[in-house]
Amino acid sequence: MATKVLMPQLGESVTEGTITKWLVKVGDQVKKYDPLAEVSTDKVNAEVPSTVAGRVTEIVVPEGDTVAIGTLILYIEEEGGGADQPENTPAVNSADTSQQAKTVPAQAAEGRAAVSANLAANAAPAAAGQAVSGVGPDTNGQQAQRGKQRFSPAVMRLAQEHGIDLSRVQGTGMEGRVTRKDIQAIIDNGGQPAAAAPEAAPVVNTPVGVPASAAVGQSPQPVQAAAREVPAAAGDQIIPVTPIRKTIANRMVQSKHEAPHAWTMVEVDVTKLVAFRNQVKDEFKRKEGVNLTFLPFFIKAVVEALKEYPMINSTWAGDKIIVKKNINISIAVATEDALFVPVIKDADQKSILGIAKSIEDLAAKTRAGKLSVDDMSGGTFTVNNTGSFGSVLSMPIINSPQAAILSVESIVKRPVVIDDMIAVRSMVNLCLSLDHRVLDGLVCGRFLQSVKQKLEAIGPDTKLY
Amino acid sequence: MTSKRHEEVGLTDAQVLEMYYYMLLARKIDERQWLLNRAGKVPFVISCQGQEAAQVGAAFALEKGKDYLCPYYRDLGLVLVFGQSARDCMLSAFAKAEDPNSGGRQMPGHFGGKKWNILTGSSPVTTQVPHAVGIALAGKMQKKDHVVYTSFGEGSSNQGDFHEGANFAGVHKLPVIFFCENNKYAISVPLKKQLGCESVADRAIGYGFPGVSVDGNDPIEVYRVTKEAVERARSGQGPTLIEAVMYRLVPHSSDDDDRTYRTREEVEEAKKKDPILVFGNYLKEVGLLDDAKEQELLSRVQKEVDEATDYAEQAPYPTPESTLTHVYGE
Amino acid sequence: MAVISFIDAITMAMREEMRRDPGVFVLGEDVGVRGGVFRATVGLIEEFGEERVIDTPLAESAIVGVGIGAAAYGMRPIAEIQFADFIMPAVNQIVSEAAKMRYRSNGDWTCPITIRAPFGGGVHGALYHSQSVEAMFTNVPGLKVVAPSTPYDAKGLLKAAIRDNDPVLFFEHKRCYRLIKGEVPEEDYVLPIGKADVKREGTDITVISYGLTLHFCLQAAEKLAQEGISAHVLDLRTLYPLDKEAIVEAASKTGKVLIVHEDNKEGGVGGEVAAIIAEHCLFDLDAPIKRLCGPDVPAMPYSPPMEKYFMLNPDKVLEAMRDLAHF
Repeated sequence: MATKVLMPQLGESVTEGTITKWLVKVGDQVKKYDPLAEVSTDKVNAEVPSTVAGRVTEIVVPEGDTVAIGTLILYIEEEGGGADQPENTPAVNSADTSQQAKTVPAQAAEGRAAVSANLAANAAPAAAGQAVSGVGPDTNGQQAQRGKQRFSPAVMRLAQEHGIDLSRVQGTGMEGRVTRKDIQAIIDNGGQPAAAAPEAAPVVNTPVGVPASAAVGQSPQPVQAAAREVPAAAGDQIIPVTPIRKTIANRMVQSKHEAPHAWTMVEVDVTKLVAFRNQVKDEFKRKEGVNLTFLPFFIKAVVEALKEYPMINSTWAGDKIIVKKNINISIAVATEDALFVPVIKDADQKSILGIAKSIEDLAAKTRAGKLSVDDMSGGTFTVNNTGSFGSVLSMPIINSPQAAILSVESIVKRPVVIDDMIAVRSMVNLCLSLDHRVLDGLVCGRFLQSVKQKLEAIGPDTKLY
Repeated sequence: MTSKRHEEVGLTDAQVLEMYYYMLLARKIDERQWLLNRAGKVPFVISCQGQEAAQVGAAFALEKGKDYLCPYYRDLGLVLVFGQSARDCMLSAFAKAEDPNSGGRQMPGHFGGKKWNILTGSSPVTTQVPHAVGIALAGKMQKKDHVVYTSFGEGSSNQGDFHEGANFAGVHKLPVIFFCENNKYAISVPLKKQLGCESVADRAIGYGFPGVSVDGNDPIEVYRVTKEAVERARSGQGPTLIEAVMYRLVPHSSDDDDRTYRTREEVEEAKKKDPILVFGNYLKEVGLLDDAKEQELLSRVQKEVDEATDYAEQAPYPTPESTLTHVYGE
Repeated sequence: MAVISFIDAITMAMREEMRRDPGVFVLGEDVGVRGGVFRATVGLIEEFGEERVIDTPLAESAIVGVGIGAAAYGMRPIAEIQFADFIMPAVNQIVSEAAKMRYRSNGDWTCPITIRAPFGGGVHGALYHSQSVEAMFTNVPGLKVVAPSTPYDAKGLLKAAIRDNDPVLFFEHKRCYRLIKGEVPEEDYVLPIGKADVKREGTDITVISYGLTLHFCLQAAEKLAQEGISAHVLDLRTLYPLDKEAIVEAASKTGKVLIVHEDNKEGGVGGEVAAIIAEHCLFDLDAPIKRLCGPDVPAMPYSPPMEKYFMLNPDKVLEAMRDLAHF
């Protein structure tokens, strides 16, 4: 096999050379270091020697031609032949750097095709809307979650300026990161991802004894809170924070941070409600196949009161307050490790039966892990049944961006003074946390009074259907 | 009456009296600056004391307004002859806005001023030597006949810039006078630890031009050899190295204490050869100076120094914001 | 318009300026009869004579120091340092003298010298013929540091440097000399020192570079365009003082910035560029500012695989750009 002789790099920075004269011809025998050709470059004129011994078999570049360094100029058949020596670069090695500037190897592109395609799609105008997909099961899976835990300064600023809830934006960046372009696309489309997105906000009650409870949708995107170094002592157990836990944490911080919470409470005498419910519950169960708990009565009363005081059913929107037309009640449904807030849609159009059915339906779905995005979205007011775990007093955190949240505490028999006489009555505390930007004490007081009156008026005449 | 040596070298009576005046002025400005420093009024002094004869003698051999100076930090006597005033020097000592060298930016002793053909200098020693060669080269290219005088200490004659500059000037036969003020000490390091050869003048031979050693306490001798060097330079015969041997009578600077490295006896011995003393005696011997005249000269100089001090002390500082000016051209 | 090499643009600029102004002259090692070891001054001694194209003794401090003296006097010297690696003996003259002459004399004296030096590797130059030394001078107010990447810029900026009333360090990537060719007008023009130049418009990522690596960035950008990634490429051209406005504008445009230079990373020009971006447009950033630079080792080794490892190339740049685009 013939050895290839290449144009050498004669001098730093030189990129080409001219064969001024061939000193050998085809058929010549050459010894190692015999001169092969005279070569001139910008910097030097030199004789190029052979680095092998053999016979010249072919001259590739004619005299007078200028070629780039590393160009094949002649072949020498080595003595003994057959030596599998592919190339002979006389003098200074040159091939590497001379070519590296010209070639952009394709191999770098491989193995990344998927991501590239993704990005390319993103670059297309039509894809802009896709970036605003609703919060759904994340197609990028677990890995995708990680990229969404941090937002770049640009993304944060744009989101803030345009009131975009980042937890609802589907990112197209690495590991699902929300990119500046994603946000820009939303802005350019005049879109607000919030319009179509569910409010999968967690609700947590703070009193001691209340387990860390929260409601999280299947795929609300966690926001990383500022990490702080807290030392752990020997023997302490360290539990990694799950994405859900992180979401809860961040939503709680966000709500407490953004909405100035005020709090108020009323006592309600539900003796008649208890009597009525005890009276009808068995037959109700038999006829409807649904457990009649106290909660539907409370929700019904709240919904009726909301109709009287629509301000409670509203949301703070920076320069305006949006009063919601629909009354969709978020309710808290607990699982072992979290609390979800599915939504009873159009609760004002439902009877106590309808509400009871909705509750049972949503509870079942929650336990089965089958809540849909739709089940989770659109809540306008939250009722939280803290009484179910024995609480008599709580200060719930508002389910942002709603304006208020009501907790129904345990119904307990207490001595109560009625007409200057002591009586044993079934009493319940209703606690209301309100966003003081939207609401004031007066309207909330009236609202609670209305709820109280409606509950205390329940009796045999109350319609269940 | 001894012979008038100065006439033999072409100096008039008036010129030698003027030389004496400049030596005295330099000395008195210097002494005042030490006082001001010790009184806490100026932060730093670097001295010419003991070197005035060489500086003034050399300066008289040059042509003011034509020749260029690339001096070093002790050359107070030199720059006075070339046009700087006692006031200029005091403004520099007080770092006032009017300081003509640098507008109060540089330490005293860092002379400069385009109007006097004095190139601005810095603190890293000997950097001015290649500059002098460059100015000479430029003059040659532009067919000018200016001579460039650059001075430095014997310590600086060890720096690469001295050798590189001297060699360059030797190769191109440039009109440069390399003037070494050998005051025996590079701060604390004595001559014997500085030079492997006998004298600084010996170094010239390696660069192909003459090297001359001269008594730096004698302004007439210094004038004579410098005049010869100027003539060689002006006539295209190239550079000359002059080594003026003298003694630094005071510490290196106001921040130095020379008692740590040399004996008082040595300094006292040198003071007997103080050039001002010696030259004053010469002028008296040749009848150009008497006690009355000397007193008159002294009070004239003292008045100049007093006025300069008062003026400079009262003069405004540069504005703080002027820190930001003159980084680049507008 | 003629297509000429980078080095021919350098020669052309010097020749034009020497014709235009008799105060312009060239000094350095081998710049005369030999025309420079890289042939940058070829033909000048024939046209202008040995008085204006001076073969100096081998002494860098004198080359610069003598140039400074001549510049202070009013000439326009162009001092050539044969390799940027050999500039070290002249650093005192450049930093203590040239850079400070105007300032220390309160504007009385100026120093309009141009100091040219070939820098950079990829030519088997090993430790002492491959260095990028620019970062040593980009912290020195009073100096201007220029590093063009194209023949057009080289001519316009070198002419501007020669006419500039302040000292200019003019770094020429030696690998660009004959590798990079481009259209250069034959007529007189100057380009502003201190202004960066957008070499390619793009929307996905911003790449900031200078010298040889700028070309790697452009090649990678071309390749990435086929993948649907659009890169905005800014050529710094002047490394000191930096064109802060252009840097901020380019960074803000995409919010994703990659800075590329052959000089090693820590303490390099890229760090300053990143600081400017962080200082002025943090809230436009959509990704951490990335730097792709030479490794933090003393210099470039001779052995080909080691040199190749040290050097950036279009592949390495491409990968870094793509990673950033995907972030």
